[in-house]
Amino acid sequence: MREGAAPGRIDTVAALRDAAITTLLAFGLFLPLIGFQTVVNIRNELVLDTRWPLLFGIVAAVGVTRLAYSFLFVPWLERFKERPMAVTPPVWLGLIRDWFTPFAIGFVIVYPVIVIATSGWGGALKWVDNFGIQILIYVMLGWGLNIVVGLAGLLDLGYVAFYAVGAYSYALLAKEFGFSFWILLPLAGVMSSFWGILLGFPVLRLRGDYLAIVTLAFGEIIRIVLINWVDLTNGYAGISGIPRPSFFGLPFDASDEGFAATFGLEFSPIYRTIFLYYLILALAFLTAFVTVRLRRLPVGRAWEALREDEIACRSLGINTTNTKLTAFAIGAMFAGFAGSFFAARQGFISPESFTFLESATILAIVVLGGMGSQIGVAVAAVVMIGGTEIMRELEFLKYIFGPSFDPTQYRMLLFGFAMVTIMVLRPRGLVSTRTPSVFLKERKAIPADMVKEGHG
Amino acid sequence: MTPKSGNQSSDEVMHRHGMGAAGDVLLRVEHLTMRFGGLVAVDDLSFEARQGEITALIGPNGAGKTTVFNCITGFYKPSEGRMGLCHGDAAIWSELNALTESGKRGIRKDGNGLYLLERMPDYLVTQDARVARTFQNIRLFPGMTVLENLLVAQHNSLMLASGYTLFGIFGLPSYRRAERASIDRARDWLDRVGLIHRADDPAGDLPYGDQRRLEIARAMCTDPVLLCLDEPAAGLNPRESAQLNELLLGIGNDHGISILLIEHDMSVVMEISDHVIVLDYGVKISDGAPDAVRNDPKVIAAYLGVADDEVEKVEAEVGL
Repeated sequence: MREGAAPGRIDTVAALRDAAITTLLAFGLFLPLIGFQTVVNIRNELVLDTRWPLLFGIVAAVGVTRLAYSFLFVPWLERFKERPMAVTPPVWLGLIRDWFTPFAIGFVIVYPVIVIATSGWGGALKWVDNFGIQILIYVMLGWGLNIVVGLAGLLDLGYVAFYAVGAYSYALLAKEFGFSFWILLPLAGVMSSFWGILLGFPVLRLRGDYLAIVTLAFGEIIRIVLINWVDLTNGYAGISGIPRPSFFGLPFDASDEGFAATFGLEFSPIYRTIFLYYLILALAFLTAFVTVRLRRLPVGRAWEALREDEIACRSLGINTTNTKLTAFAIGAMFAGFAGSFFAARQGFISPESFTFLESATILAIVVLGGMGSQIGVAVAAVVMIGGTEIMRELEFLKYIFGPSFDPTQYRMLLFGFAMVTIMVLRPRGLVSTRTPSVFLKERKAIPADMVKEGHG
Repeated sequence: MTPKSGNQSSDEVMHRHGMGAAGDVLLRVEHLTMRFGGLVAVDDLSFEARQGEITALIGPNGAGKTTVFNCITGFYKPSEGRMGLCHGDAAIWSELNALTESGKRGIRKDGNGLYLLERMPDYLVTQDARVARTFQNIRLFPGMTVLENLLVAQHNSLMLASGYTLFGIFGLPSYRRAERASIDRARDWLDRVGLIHRADDPAGDLPYGDQRRLEIARAMCTDPVLLCLDEPAAGLNPRESAQLNELLLGIGNDHGISILLIEHDMSVVMEISDHVIVLDYGVKISDGAPDAVRNDPKVIAAYLGVADDEVEKVEAEVGL
């Protein structure tokens, strides 16, 4: 059907050939990966073992899947693409569009209450901490990176470096000087934006791939410095015993001055978790609010103009150097906030938390969500991070694949799957249209094919 | 040909900030040379553009016209030469040599200003010296609406009003007033170029001729004293071309803004310009009123070429 067959009809020969090629490829790929296994025998020697049944099983599965893809998925995709575009979108779509944001905001505010009501005080801890807080950190990071990548169009692969700067600023200053969380939060933001500007200066002249490589290197430099500057950062071992945030002076502990005792409650670790949840929620809302505001200010419009055409920006008297630096600085500032929150929540940080994989995850969230869109990025963070966390819950898989099966090992598979799905169905992300920052008569969404992705 | 100032609008023009009297020298380019490696794109070019006039820069393809534009607007740093631009009273030209000696980019004195464009980076040429430009291949922000395009052009004044973002983020009324004023200004320009009904559409959606006019409107929103247009009539049909003539004459008359124009379309050049400069291989070969230039044998030779056996005769005639 690829070679000009009429749409809707399936070319059986081509599909079979396609499946045969795929099977062959899978065999070549999996032969060394799955077909052979090294095991240590009883005399402590390494011997090569073969796993033919598993190999042929997987290769056959790949072939069958490819056939199913050609016969079922491709025709469906054709229909999906060729379906007549409704002139007026259906009513329910409009309702969802209008009510999704207020509903989502309301939901995240009452989320801890819902969780406590459904799974009790004990069970709620996991849902608020692992799902709520964890996802919100990534929502915030996604929104922060969205300023740099989505609005200003500067591809930043080292965003986690600013997250690390924020976390270490909080950890070191809180431990050394005993400053409170509320003093260190803005300070961590300032530190991170300082490093953002520092990174910004050398990379101003770079564009596209070159910019991406240098930011990637910057992220690694920060991580390697954290590992090797043992005197300051304690290297791989990380920093532990970081002071936890208190409820405006009331610590969350079992003492008489603690939060629970003051309010006459029975001590429970969940109070701190709920407090942290609302703290990161407030920080995430701050990020969203500032970003939405900035988009309507001259600086935000200049970022988007920079993404669209840098030379035209310069011809209009816009100092592109400063504009890029503010994007780096403000994006980094939010990463710094998130980082200091992360350190305060964990109580322990080490360079392990700030690997390139984190940068890639945050970037994936931004790209999947749709560059420049707030809602899309939030939804993508829920799917990606929530999906990873859900995998921990899939205990029943152990009955299928054996007790040594760890579902979290397969989260990259989830990422890959989400990426491919989005690429096929919505190449510009979940929310790909751009909302104008200002309008005369009516606000019309701008289709994705009009909007540039930026070139560095 | 061009209605000269002296009509009713000229009083208004005189009072506009930074505008000098019509006919005074606005831009003075002296010995401008631009080399790219061994190639001399512009060779020792000197010319003047006058206040309130439309000056056209013409010449065959590859004559170096766009290079001259890129030098004036700061996109290229010229190899040699001086480019002075005056705001307000022409008397300030007497400071030119002192300014050159001083090493500064420009001086401001009693509301008048003098700038050396070759010393300024591209964005300052627009921001401080107030020279706006358009591009040969249109450079709009296609994913932003028509209105947004015009607001980006007012970036510097809005940035100031938003207290470099600080007041704006808290939504202070002073910023909201400034934003409303800039939207009004954008609306005025959209009215003038006939695009008000497309204000909320993405700029990339407009037909070619509309994009050309929008780019001119956007350049005008930067509040320039000199507007540099690089082939504004390229790709326009005769009707659009006539509309463009009207628009450019209007900009000159109503706003007292001087225009420097690169154009191949002779109907535009001859009809609206007050002064024509002809370049060939980076050298100025003619300079004067449109009629004089049109009949200049050097210009005819450059444009039409001459038969081989006539080369020497023509060269002798034109004094090469």
